Amino acid sequence: MATRYFGAPVKRTEDLRLVTGRGRYTDDIGAGSAEGLLTLEAAFLRSPHAHARIVDIDVSDAIEIDGVIAIYTYEDLEGAAAEPLPVLIPHPALHAPRTNHPLAKDVVRHVGEAIVMVVATDRYITEDAVAAIGVSYEFLPPVIGLTAARAAHHLVHPDVPDNVSAHLVQESGDARAAIAAAPHVLEYTLEIERSCSMPLEGKAVRARYDVDDQSLRVYSSTQTSTSVRAAIAAKLGMQLGKVEVIAPDVGGGFGVKIMHPWPEEIMVPFAARQLQRPVKWTEDRREHFISSSHERAQQHEVRVGFDDAGRVLGLDVTFWHDNGAFTPYGIICPIVTSTQLLGPYKPGAYRVEFSSVYTNTVIVTPYRGAGRPQGVFVMERTMDRIAETLGMDRTAVRSANFIQPDEFPYDHGLIFQDGRPLIYDSGNYPDQLTMLKEMIGWDSFDALQAAAAVDGRRLGIGIGCYVEGTGPGPYEGAHIQVQTDGTVDVAIGLTSQGQGHQTVFAQIVADELGVPFEKIRVVTGDTRRFGHAVGTFASRAAVMSGSAVALAARKTRAKALEVAADTLECSADDLQIEDGVVSMKGNPSVSIPLGQVAVLSNPLRYAFDEAAKAATQFARPTDPSVPPVPAGREPGLEGKDYYSPPRSTFASGMHAAIVEIDDETSEIRIEKYCVVHDCGNLINPMIVEGQVHGGVAQGIGGALYEIMAYDEHGQLQNASFMDFLMPYVTEIPQLELGHQQTPSPLNPLGIKGAGEAGVIPVAAVIASAVENALGMRISAMPLNPSLLHGLRAAAAATAVES
Amino acid sequence: MTESRPAGRRLPVTVTVNGVARTADAEPRRTLSDFVRHDLGLTGTHVGCEHGVCGACTVLIDGDPVRSCLVLAVSAQGHDVTTVEGLGQPDTVTELGPVQRAFRDCHALQCGFCTPGFLTTITAGIAENPTPTRDEAVDMIAGNLCRCTGYQNIVEAVLTAARYAAGDDTPGGPAGHGAAGVEH
Ligand code: FES
Ligand code: FES
Repeated sequence: MATRYFGAPVKRTEDLRLVTGRGRYTDDIGAGSAEGLLTLEAAFLRSPHAHARIVDIDVSDAIEIDGVIAIYTYEDLEGAAAEPLPVLIPHPALHAPRTNHPLAKDVVRHVGEAIVMVVATDRYITEDAVAAIGVSYEFLPPVIGLTAARAAHHLVHPDVPDNVSAHLVQESGDARAAIAAAPHVLEYTLEIERSCSMPLEGKAVRARYDVDDQSLRVYSSTQTSTSVRAAIAAKLGMQLGKVEVIAPDVGGGFGVKIMHPWPEEIMVPFAARQLQRPVKWTEDRREHFISSSHERAQQHEVRVGFDDAGRVLGLDVTFWHDNGAFTPYGIICPIVTSTQLLGPYKPGAYRVEFSSVYTNTVIVTPYRGAGRPQGVFVMERTMDRIAETLGMDRTAVRSANFIQPDEFPYDHGLIFQDGRPLIYDSGNYPDQLTMLKEMIGWDSFDALQAAAAVDGRRLGIGIGCYVEGTGPGPYEGAHIQVQTDGTVDVAIGLTSQGQGHQTVFAQIVADELGVPFEKIRVVTGDTRRFGHAVGTFASRAAVMSGSAVALAARKTRAKALEVAADTLECSADDLQIEDGVVSMKGNPSVSIPLGQVAVLSNPLRYAFDEAAKAATQFARPTDPSVPPVPAGREPGLEGKDYYSPPRSTFASGMHAAIVEIDDETSEIRIEKYCVVHDCGNLINPMIVEGQVHGGVAQGIGGALYEIMAYDEHGQLQNASFMDFLMPYVTEIPQLELGHQQTPSPLNPLGIKGAGEAGVIPVAAVIASAVENALGMRISAMPLNPSLLHGLRAAAAATAVES
Repeated sequence: MTESRPAGRRLPVTVTVNGVARTADAEPRRTLSDFVRHDLGLTGTHVGCEHGVCGACTVLIDGDPVRSCLVLAVSAQGHDVTTVEGLGQPDTVTELGPVQRAFRDCHALQCGFCTPGFLTTITAGIAENPTPTRDEAVDMIAGNLCRCTGYQNIVEAVLTAARYAAGDDTPGGPAGHGAAGVEH
């Protein structure tokens, strides 16, 4: 019996190079070689002001510096490169899209916007030159934060009179009428601040122009190499076939690297072509803070009507989304909030309305979870408030609102981010809750809390539930080729930022094709190997590329069986493939290795290698009346296929935490954290668990520490790792995980995505636990000790007054 | 304009890297991380912040963990530097150093960008304390940032690496509910 790889905790193949220092991240390419010595480096002069008109740029001192090769401003751009960057995902509700240029034209709209690019022999010199450039500005009033944007006393774009870029309403049933008729009604506002992806490797681009070939090869630390390629070709006026883009090892993404093209992805290739020298740019940490995208900032107004059993009869949510200075990535984040807010529940009627507004701050594009943490925060606060009002257990209110297992597929009557109906494919929420309550000890917590209180310790327990639309289309593809030595090359267009794609896709191929795992080599994100792909985001890699890989493997397998059947003069149905060998079912002595089938599939007479020589023993005398390659067949043992789903899959999960609050310092310590999640069938449980661990850690950062501290002038006050606090090991509790598997009926492997799940409900869980510990309402996140301290002081003061 | 390498005074710097004496010219302001990565071509050492907070650039100088983004190349003159490339033999699974092997076995890395800094830090840590408790393992890595793993498996890897280094080959596995990784 051959080993089955799907579902096994197979160790990662990528690790051997990564733990020995042989990984190749974009900034590593060419290092220590002649090409490295030839490579020029770029740096950008970035706006120090949030909103200003550029009056003059003086580069005369900078150009004199030894080693400076070229300096570019907007004036040097031409053709499509001088046009605004594209709106990637247009939407009818995005009525006033605005995008920037690769280098600022006339006006800068956030601190960090690129104005000038310097190219020199060395990064240190580029920075000297940047410092020597003089720019004079005429200041314009900055619009910072949602409250200022909504007030619209000043405008980010003069032709957008209310600062609103997009406005969308969706309704299922008549929520306002349902609320008016409900026995209980609550109304409140909820707020989430900005955070950001902050991968440890920032962005990086390296480009090299081949003069003879008039082609470009570009390496980029991106989550979508195929689209970066298309953008470069379009912006630089080149044929698609003359541009190659490779995402090599990438040091984390979490969403920020799905945005494209970044200005630098146009400017670096532009310079490489013009200077005919390799050029690279590696973002430094401060640049990343002030010019790479953020997410999360939203203000929500909620009205909910419910009955005595805690059933939501009507829910009406209006919210404002801070999209920063431009909208190149469209309005995916608020659309996701507006739909995913519903979680595992079925309100009687739902109405949601949002406005996405401009501010003079860095653009907003998806960060792991993309709009979902905000939506879940809104819904879970709502569940907790209903429980408080009715004096019910918080989990009982949730149970009363769950979609039941026999109600799938469940249609919410809304349109999801992929433009398709919001229909949940499968799930079992009541079972999840039972598992979670057991793990965290929900029913015995009151006693624990009371006992701790006797010792003067304040404990609280919290819960948060979510449903996550994963694996959105439109498609992904895969190509598989069996080499004559029996090794199997697999290529997908999708990129990888550390999720173990090399390993999990090899696991699928090993099973589907019947070849040893060690013989499989997977290449991701290299347009030379696979040209059509969408990108790595929205927990779609396993669902989309995994399914495509399975389909391509099945095609390859069918072809191998056909070719072997011709040779062995039998029917393909009589053959099987195991361990890289095709053999007769029931008579394994009649067999032929897959590598030799690959030789036979290509009727070329040159015996390049041993496999080819060996294969000649199987070659049958040819029939001169038929062509050597039969009609309908192609030479070579390869298969290519695409997977395109009808709509997204819906993963789900629930988290619970016990926290202790220090009475003196208001520090929030997480005592225990439990996760139950369902991402359908698991390809590799070890990797899925790793994704959950990492997600929860990011969620804890978002819940307790991470904000983008803009002052009223639009200066980011915490643009360093010293001031933007991300969790270290000391802030992260030991997690307990429980798996539930409800396979998705939508794809051949029954999988749903797992990449973002961990992060989504954490803020809601912590808020719930803090409320429970302190008996006060939490309406805004994140919640660091000083904020909590202030809230407690204010609550105490009110209590004294009344 | 000039096509040659930069202005500024450049001094020859000789350091012993992973046991081999290497010399290259560097401006006095050049950081050791840039020197190791770009002048010596040892790109295993990574730069995550360039201000001494993330620990990704950690190398061992005379056996002690040091943030190479905060050290000037010229001040490393004459010292022994160990980078991630010097922690094990890169060719086969079994020839990984104990910390490298533990990282793989425990799934203690995802994107791998922070990993070299953890590997060097832990190598020095278990040289100093060969039998860390779980709390000591946490302490050992408390100055390094990882944005991917959530740290749980890295703590497990510290404990496993200490055992491997002491000659106890009982395989370590990822933390939490998961089964130990299957070797392929
Ligand atoms: S790069 Fe040196 S500590 Fe971050
Ligand atoms: S593995 Fe990616 S930062 Fe640690």
